[in-house]
Amino acid sequence: MAPKFEKAKAVEKEHAVVDGVDVSGHWNRMFEQRVIFEYTPELIEKIADIPNAESFANCYQCAKCVAVCPVDVVGNYGPRKLYRYAQTGMDLTEAPELWLCTTCANCLRVCPKEVNMVKIMPAAREQAILDGKFVPAELQQAFENTAKSGNPLGQPQRKRDAWIQSAGVPVPIIKDLGRKVSVLWYVGSYPSYHPRGIDAAAAAARIFNALGIDFAILGKEEKDDADSQRLAGEKGLFEMMTEQNIETFNKYEWDEMVVTGPHELNAFKNVYPKYGFERPVVHYSTFLARYLDQLKPMLKHPVNKKITYHDPCYLGRHNGEYEAPRKLLEAIPGVELVEMQRNRENGYCCGGGGGGMWMDSFTAKHNTTMRLSEKRAMEAASTGANVLAVACPFEVSRFTDAVKSTGNEHVDVLDILELLDRSMRGE
Amino acid sequence: MSNDILVITEHMDGKFSDVSFEMVGKAKELASALGGQAVAVVVGGGVSSNVFASDSTIHIDDAALSNFNPEAYGKVIEALVKEKSPKVVMFGWTVTGMDVAAWLSARTGAPLAAYAKDVRVEGGSLVVSSQAYGGKLMAEVAPEGDMAIVACLAGSFPVEAGQGSTAGTTMASPVDAGSLKVKFVEAIKPAGGDVDITAQAKLVSIGRGIGGKENVELAEELAKALGATVSASRPVVDAGWLPRTRQVGKSGLKVKPKLYLMLGISGAPEHLEGMKSAELIIAVNTDKKAPIFNVAHYGATADLFEVAEAMLELL
Amino acid sequence: MNIVVAIKHIPSIADDLPVKGNNVDFDSVDFVLNEWDEHSIEQAVLIKESVGGTVTVIGVDLIGELDNALHLALAKGADKVVKITADDPAADSHMQAKWLSEAIKGMGANMVFAGVQASNDLDGQIGPMIAAYLDMPYIGGVSSVEANGDSATVNKEFAGGAGAKYAVSMPFVAGVQSAPKPPRYAPVSKVRQMAQSATVEKVAPSGDADVRERPLRILKMAPPVVTGHAEMIEGSSKEVAAKIVELLKSKGLA
Ligand SMILES: Cc1cc2nc3c(=O)[nH]c(=O)nc-3n(C[C@H](O)[C@H](O)[C@H](O)COP(=O)(O)OP(=O)(O)OC[C@H]3O[C@@H](n4cnc5c(N)ncnc54)[C@H](O)[C@@H]3O)c2cc1C
Ligand SMILES: Cc1cc2nc3c(=O)[nH]c(=O)nc-3n(C[C@H](O)[C@H](O)[C@H](O)COP(=O)(O)OP(=O)(O)OC[C@H]3O[C@@H](n4cnc5c(N)ncnc54)[C@H](O)[C@@H]3O)c2cc1C
Ligand code: SF4
Ligand code: SF4
Repeated sequence: MAPKFEKAKAVEKEHAVVDGVDVSGHWNRMFEQRVIFEYTPELIEKIADIPNAESFANCYQCAKCVAVCPVDVVGNYGPRKLYRYAQTGMDLTEAPELWLCTTCANCLRVCPKEVNMVKIMPAAREQAILDGKFVPAELQQAFENTAKSGNPLGQPQRKRDAWIQSAGVPVPIIKDLGRKVSVLWYVGSYPSYHPRGIDAAAAAARIFNALGIDFAILGKEEKDDADSQRLAGEKGLFEMMTEQNIETFNKYEWDEMVVTGPHELNAFKNVYPKYGFERPVVHYSTFLARYLDQLKPMLKHPVNKKITYHDPCYLGRHNGEYEAPRKLLEAIPGVELVEMQRNRENGYCCGGGGGGMWMDSFTAKHNTTMRLSEKRAMEAASTGANVLAVACPFEVSRFTDAVKSTGNEHVDVLDILELLDRSMRGE
Repeated sequence: MSNDILVITEHMDGKFSDVSFEMVGKAKELASALGGQAVAVVVGGGVSSNVFASDSTIHIDDAALSNFNPEAYGKVIEALVKEKSPKVVMFGWTVTGMDVAAWLSARTGAPLAAYAKDVRVEGGSLVVSSQAYGGKLMAEVAPEGDMAIVACLAGSFPVEAGQGSTAGTTMASPVDAGSLKVKFVEAIKPAGGDVDITAQAKLVSIGRGIGGKENVELAEELAKALGATVSASRPVVDAGWLPRTRQVGKSGLKVKPKLYLMLGISGAPEHLEGMKSAELIIAVNTDKKAPIFNVAHYGATADLFEVAEAMLELL
Repeated sequence: MNIVVAIKHIPSIADDLPVKGNNVDFDSVDFVLNEWDEHSIEQAVLIKESVGGTVTVIGVDLIGELDNALHLALAKGADKVVKITADDPAADSHMQAKWLSEAIKGMGANMVFAGVQASNDLDGQIGPMIAAYLDMPYIGGVSSVEANGDSATVNKEFAGGAGAKYAVSMPFVAGVQSAPKPPRYAPVSKVRQMAQSATVEKVAPSGDADVRERPLRILKMAPPVVTGHAEMIEGSSKEVAAKIVELLKSKGLA
C-alpha cells in the first residue's frame, strides 16, 4: 500500500560536491562506486518553515518513532516515514497523511531529535486550511458545529444540561447557586450529549453527591474546549472558544476545576495559561483518587470482572497520570485488573485524538487496515478481559463500536466512573 | 407630460395576481386626485386584459412576452414611459416587479419609492408610506421630480376596487426579441413529494429564532402534539434546515390555516404576505417590538424554547 | 470567469432602530452585512470553484467598519476585496449603486452579483441600478447560476417553489436570493489570518452628481403606528405556555 503521490526523480551522480568539498568518497572506495542520490529538500522545508513545525526538519531517520506509532501498526506511518515521503515528493499539506496523526505523542517520547508531531501537525493542518487545501468533510462539519452550536456534535446549546435528569441526584448549576463552590465540574460535550457519555456524567454526579463534594456545573453556559479542533488545525476557532470559556470560568468563584475528559484537562491546564487562565484543573481520576479512603467503604458491591484499562493519550503521555485510574479500579471489590501489552507510557492510541474523533471514516480509508480503536479492542480482548475500562469520553463511543466490529461483543466498554457507580449502587 | 398613472400589472399562467388589482384600485383614487387617468398596462400574450376597473388599459399583446423576462419587460415599459410621460408608474414589489422598478428608476432618473404600503396625494404631490427595515420602521417619503415610480407591497390595498372591465388598446412590442440578452428557457415546476402545507389546518411555523437545525426537532415534537405540521420562514429553508416545500411567504406558499403558531419569526413583509389571513395567529418572540405583534391575534414576549417545552409538557 | 460581488453594509434590524431627525440614528446602531449578500458571495465562489476565475467583493464603507465583512468574504474564497470609502451612513441605494458602478466599470466583470434586496432599499435595490448604470441586463430573485462559456443558465424563483430557467449572455447583473447551497463555513483561523494579512483596496466614491439631484426625499421615519396589536399574553414562559394551550383547547385546536 504505497502512498498516492509521485516520487520525485532521484538523480544519480558520480560525484557530489558540497560547499566546494568533494564528498563522493571515490578516494576511499572499496568495491565499487556508491549510488549518490540527490533529493530536493523543498517539501521538507515547506513544512519546517511553518511556525511551530520547525522540528520536522530535525529527523535523522533513525526510525525509533515508527516502532511506536499507533498508525504504523495498522498502516504505514510515523514521523520518519512522513519525512521520507516529503523527501521523495509528497506535499504533506495536500496529502491524506496530513490527517492520520492523532497527536498521541508516543513518537515524541522516543525521538532522540525531539521531532514534535504534537506541534507539527496542528501547524501544518492550519496551513492547509488557510491555503484552502483539502479538509475532510466530517472534520469541517465538527468545526462548523462547534462554531455554531458550541459543541462538535451539533447539539443544541440549550440542551447541554438536559442529561441531569438521568442522574437522579441534585446537580447544581453555578449560576442558580449564586455562591462560591469548591469544585467547578466541567462536564464536557460528549458526557453532556452522547448517550454513552451521559451514562458516565450521571455516574459522576452520583459519586460526587455520595462523597458530599461541594460542586456545581456551568449548565447551559458550558461550551466545548475545542482543543481537538485546535490540534486538527482550527486554531482560530480554538481561540474564539477559549476567549468565551475563560470569560465564563472567571465569572464564578470556585477553588478547583474537575474535568471529565483528558482533552479538556490538556486545554485548560496546558494551553489556557497562554491565554491568561491559570487556575487549578484536575482530571476526575486524579480528583477521586484523593478520596480513596472515603470511597472504599462505599464500594460495597463486588464487580466480578476481569478488567483491562486503556490509558488515554491525553491523560497519560500528555499529562502523566497513569496511576490514579488504576488505583480507582483496584479499589473496586471483585475486580481483577490485567494489563494490555501496550500500556502506560507506551499506551496505544484509540484514534480519537487530534481531531481523529471526527475523521473516523476518512482515516479508515487511507492506507490503514483497520481503525486504531479496532486494533486496541482486539488487544483488550486478547488479555481475556471482559471489561475494557476507559477514562476519556471519546473512548466509550469509539470502543463500543470497535468491540462489535471486531467480533468482541463480550467485552463491555465502561468508563471508570460507571464501574465505581455500579459498585456503589450494586447492579 | 401627463398626470396619468401607469400600473404595471403582472400575470402568470393566464391569471393576474391580486396585487395588480390592488394597484389599479389605488391608481384610480390617485388619478382622480391628480387629474389624470389610471392606465392598466398588461405586458405579454396569453391573457385577457379586460378585467380591470382602470380608466384605460394598454395591452402589449405579444406572445414572445408571455413569460416574464426582466430585460424585455424593462425595455417595453421604458419605451411606454417615454411615450406616455406619466406622473406615476406603479409596480408590485414582487419577484417580477422588483426586477424592473429599480432598473427603470436608474434608467430614467425618476425616483423610486419601494416597499410601499400606502400612497396618497398631499397638496398636489405624492406621499408614500414605505415599510423599511423589515417592518421595524415606517418611512414617509416624497419622490421629487416629474415622474415617480412606486413599488407596492402585495396586500396593501383592497383587490375589489381594481376589478372591472375596460377594453384594452393593443400595442405591438417595441422590443426585438432576437436582440435580447436574457432568454426564457423553460418553467420550473414546484417539487412535490412533501406534505402540502397549504392544505393543513394547523401549522407550527418557525423562523430564524429557532437558531439551528438541531432545534427543528423541538418544533416537530410540538407540532406532533398539536396535530399540526411544521412550516417556516425563508431563512430556515435557505439554511437547509427544512425543505423548500415548507416555506411560507412571498416566494414560498400562501397558507390560510385555522391555527398559525409562530415561533421566532419577526414578521417581515415577505413573510406576512403568505400567512396574514390565517384564522388564528399566535406569535412567540423575544423581541417585544417584533413587527409580527402588529399582525398576530395573540402574542407573547418569551423564549420560544421555554414556551415550546412547557407546552409539550401540557399537551 | 471574472465575477464581481457588490455587497451592502446595513443597519442591523436585530435590535431597536432609534430614529434621529428623519432617518435612522446611524450612530447608535450596529451595521451588518445584508443577509442576501452572503448568498451572492457563496454563489460567486461556487462558480469560481466549478469553472475557475476570480471573485472580487466590493462594497461601500459607510461607517468605516466594512473590513470585517470583506475579511470574511476572503476567508470564504474571494480573491480580492475593495471598499469605497464614502463615510456617509445615510447614502441611499442610488448613490451606492452609482459609486459601485463607477468602481466596477473598469474591472472587466463577466457577471456582477448583488443580494436580491436589503432591508433598507427604500429607493430600490443596488443590483438593478448597477445594471442600468453599466448598461447590462439584470435578473433578480436568482436561486442558481451556472456559467457556460460566455453565457449563463440562471434560475429565477417565483412563488411557491415555481420558477423559470433563463439563458443570459455575459456580462450581466444578477440579484441573488439564495445560493444553491447554504453559505459555507469560513474557518475562524482563516478569517483571523485575513484580518492580519489581507489588503483591502480603497477607492474614492465618484460619479454621484446626477443621482443627488432628484432623490427620494424622506419626510419622516418612525416605528409603525400600530393599528391592530396582538393581545399580549403576559407571564413567565410556563404561564405563557399554559395560556396558549388553554386558548387552543377553548377553540378546539388542541
Ligand atoms: C466516531 C464514530 C463515528 C461513527 N460514525 C458512524 C456513522 O457515520 N454511521 C454509522 O452507522 N455508525 C457510525 N459509528 C458506529 C456506531 O457507533 C455504531 O457502532 C453503528 O452504527 C452500529 O451499526 P449497526 O446498528 O448496524 O450494528 P449493531 O449495533 O451491531 O446492531 C445490529 C442490529 O441488528 C440486529 N439484528 C441482528 N441480526 C438480525 C436479524 N437476523 N434480523 C433483524 N435484526 C437483526 C441486532 O439485534 C442489532 O440491533 C461511528 C462510531 C464512532 C465511534
Ligand atoms: C424576494 C424575496 C422573497 C422573500 N420571500 C419570503 C418568503 O416567502 N417567506 C419568508 O418567510 N421570507 C421571505 N423573504 C425574506 C424576508 O424578507 C425575511 O428576511 C424573513 O421572513 C425573515 O425571517 P424570520 O422572521 O424567520 O427571521 P428574522 O427576521 O431574523 O427574525 C427572527 C426572529 O426570531 C426572534 N427570536 C430569536 N430568538 C428567539 C427565541 N429564543 N425565542 C423567541 N423568539 C426569538 C427574534 O426576536 C426575531 O424577531 C423574502 C425576501 C425576498 C427578498
Ligand atoms: S525517532 Fe525522531 S529522528 Fe528518529 S526517525 Fe523518528 S522522527 Fe526521525
Ligand atoms: S503523534 Fe502518535 S500518531 Fe502521530 S506520528 Fe507520532 S506516534 Fe504516530
